[in-house]
Amino acid sequence: MATNASRPKVKADPKAGAKAEPRSDAGSTQGPHTRPRSPHLGVWRWGPHMLVSILHRVTGAGLAVAGLAMLVWWLTAIAGDAGGFSTFTAATVHPLGRIVLVGLTWAFFQHLLSGIRHMVMDSGSGFEIETNKRFAVLTLVGSLILTLLVWVPILGGMQ
Amino acid sequence: MSLGQSATPQGRVEGLGSAREGGEHWLAERVISAALLLLGAWLVASLFLLPSLDQRTLIEWLRGASGAVPMALFIVAAFKHALDGLKVVVDDYVHDEANRFALNTLLLFAAIGGASLALFALARIAFGGAA
Repeated sequence: MATNASRPKVKADPKAGAKAEPRSDAGSTQGPHTRPRSPHLGVWRWGPHMLVSILHRVTGAGLAVAGLAMLVWWLTAIAGDAGGFSTFTAATVHPLGRIVLVGLTWAFFQHLLSGIRHMVMDSGSGFEIETNKRFAVLTLVGSLILTLLVWVPILGGMQ
Repeated sequence: MSLGQSATPQGRVEGLGSAREGGEHWLAERVISAALLLLGAWLVASLFLLPSLDQRTLIEWLRGASGAVPMALFIVAAFKHALDGLKVVVDDYVHDEANRFALNTLLLFAAIGGASLALFALARIAFGGAA
């Protein structure tokens, strides 16, 4: 009961509590004298560089599974009879097939541009925070533009 | 002895220490990536430049050396790169040693199997009779 009684006092004056324990918010971005401690996996903000980092992995896994499955299906369909090939082309013009193909196209360009970014970073360049973020945003914009360049003529030509 | 020297005799017995292959492995991953950059650009450009994507046109394209050879290289590079990438994902997230070994072995089989299937299809197209 004693601890319950003391709680409202701490809540009423949070600054006093922070002073008493200066390290309790070491990972937050607030507070002038606190430094982040590593690793701090629970405290972070989204930024373009983080988004591009996880997208590189997600798009890579998607391309490795769905993209290569499509490649094998496409090649075996070309090698096979006309019936098998028309099954393949029917799948690619089906709305669901379109969604998969547009997604794979975007994943391909995002992974490709992000891969170039990683190669630059492997050389030791581009780690300044602003440069790094700008390059990350460029991969997102670039993959969107390239995907549109591929698909707008195709989808526009259908009508 | 291919393993690096561990500091202690017990470490040597347990196979600890550098494998002395890390640098080459890292570089090989990037060389494949660079190759795939070129081959991927080739594939996208080719699909754009082909007059049509019907079966007859594609067969004609993959029958010539300028189609079949880059396609064979693309297949090998793409499956190798996919294997390298998925192996990193498995190594990062699967912490149990036996599961990790099993998954990586399955990945290896799937990559070799997929690449072989794709190469077989390509060979049938390239060396097949009249379509």
